[in-house]
Amino acid sequence: MVVSGLAKKYGEVEAVRGVDFVVETGETFGFLGPNGAGKSTTISMLCTLVRPTGGSAQVAGHDIVAERDEVRRNIGLVFQDTTLDGYLSAEQNLRLHAELYGVPRELVARRMQQVMEMVGLWERRDSLVNHFSGGMKRRLEIARGLLHSPRVLFLDEPTVGLDPQTRSSIWGYIRQLKAQEQITIFLTTHYMDEAEYCDRIAIMDQGRIIVLDTPEALKAQVGKDRVQIEADDPAVVIAALKERFELEAVIAEGKVTFGVTDGERFLPRLFAELGQPIRGVSVARPSLDDVFLSYTGTTIRDAEAQNNDHMRNLARLMNR
Amino acid sequence: MATRAGAPSELGTPGGAVLDPHEVARVRVPARSARGELRAIKVVWKRELIRFSHDRLRILTTLMQPFLFLFVLGTGLSRIASAGTHGVSLRTFVYPGVLCMAVMFTAMFSAASLVWDREFGFLREMMVAPVRRSSLVLGKCLGGATVAGFQGLIVLVLAGLVGIPYAGGLLLEICLLMVMLAFTITAFGVMVAARVTQIQSFMARMQMAIMPMFFLSGALFPVIGLPLWLSILNRLDPLTYAVDPMRHAIFSHLHVSAAARHALVPGVTWFGWHVPGALEAAVVGLLGAVMLGVAIFQFSKTD
Repeated sequence: MVVSGLAKKYGEVEAVRGVDFVVETGETFGFLGPNGAGKSTTISMLCTLVRPTGGSAQVAGHDIVAERDEVRRNIGLVFQDTTLDGYLSAEQNLRLHAELYGVPRELVARRMQQVMEMVGLWERRDSLVNHFSGGMKRRLEIARGLLHSPRVLFLDEPTVGLDPQTRSSIWGYIRQLKAQEQITIFLTTHYMDEAEYCDRIAIMDQGRIIVLDTPEALKAQVGKDRVQIEADDPAVVIAALKERFELEAVIAEGKVTFGVTDGERFLPRLFAELGQPIRGVSVARPSLDDVFLSYTGTTIRDAEAQNNDHMRNLARLMNR
Repeated sequence: MATRAGAPSELGTPGGAVLDPHEVARVRVPARSARGELRAIKVVWKRELIRFSHDRLRILTTLMQPFLFLFVLGTGLSRIASAGTHGVSLRTFVYPGVLCMAVMFTAMFSAASLVWDREFGFLREMMVAPVRRSSLVLGKCLGGATVAGFQGLIVLVLAGLVGIPYAGGLLLEICLLMVMLAFTITAFGVMVAARVTQIQSFMARMQMAIMPMFFLSGALFPVIGLPLWLSILNRLDPLTYAVDPMRHAIFSHLHVSAAARHALVPGVTWFGWHVPGALEAAVVGLLGAVMLGVAIFQFSKTD
């Protein structure tokens, strides 16, 4: 997959402002970022659902605009929202997909059993999809996305809205899939912990890729532990941190937040020398959230809150 | 529900999968071909049938209206209408109109499912498939025509109760007209559904179209001696051209007086020219083809 300068404008709004990257065959590539960062728009362009307004991209060796059908034949899609027919059984849903994608008749039954066994739904093949739980539906969608042996599987927020147990089992399938079929997986998520399953990650914010590397390299770049302080007067604490320790702190998630090497050993010094009342302290090893924080100066959760505020303001303007 | 797995295995155990990597069936999705398009048309058509057969409630509710019109309205009004029907039962007279109505409502619901599909996301699954949009739309219209035709068949079973003989030729003629009408109405509905994203607004638009169509068509009255405004609207109504030949076919199998025939089945005229039944059917079919074309055009444009 080769992407260069891909952009999408909706009127005046630039949802995606020119992204470039290359995904190798067999790689699991993650797009990470808050809601509204442009992840879903990018994925929609790559799977030919949305026409880009700038740049170009090739998926499985085919141009996403000029060879739309070729691309479609070679990709599997699992969307954020369900796209199953709830009034059909699991098997009927898959059969319909097989027919639409022209899966050779002699292979349909075997392939169907394989993908359904993989996600543990073979026993439930005759049940109506409407009777399925959210997690089962998502698993069925993954099975359907794989039915025609795509070379690239797109997963748009594959685990959003699912309970932790189901989330981990879905990641189990994805890992198993990588082991069994030579398939490139392209996924988006806004869960930091999930991004670590990827071979490489692109962090996206406000329509741009901010950084692209392996999870390990990204974390190594941050290198520092994250310390968060609850204080009655954050501004004073930030000033004190700067004065006493020469540390640049910001307010994230309502707490004074900063990075420091070897955080656990720093704490005694902090208590002894800060000279300001503190209500609570937490120390965390670097995570991808810190990577996001260090590149954007805000945590994912805060970025989403801002985006939501932004949306609300927009909605208010438009309703006027 | 009988096959429900136990709680632990319901979540699935990725590690315990039974697949052997060497046995993975590799699928190559073939290039676009006429056969592929036919498969797509067929599967979209089949889906309509499966969904219709699941929806027993819909079959029943759609049957209620014809029953009310035929046996309640038809019976109730027959006493004041008997002077003008020359001995023919009012139920027999309104039967073709009621049959068309049943077909129309079923076709409308079939098209409405497209709006549901959009709302529930399923439409996207079809739209991203590597097949022509025209195949999807055609499959949908054929599916709608089939289920509406089937609903019509159920009403057709009642024909004997209103004194219409079960003659092979007659039934065949009625079925053909019925399926044609069903196709046209589905195509009309699909055309409307291409632009409408909410089911309420779709239903409102369809009601706005279908109720006037039904009342103006001559389903409930003979199309002769009408005031000018009504006869103009009547001639513009596509349903007129389905009801009239159907009624003709029925009356040609009844033993009624010439006076009754003249009063009840006068036939549709254009500026005094009597429009033959085959042309009337062609009007319905042609209209369906045009609307199918528009629907395909609209769906090909959307992402």
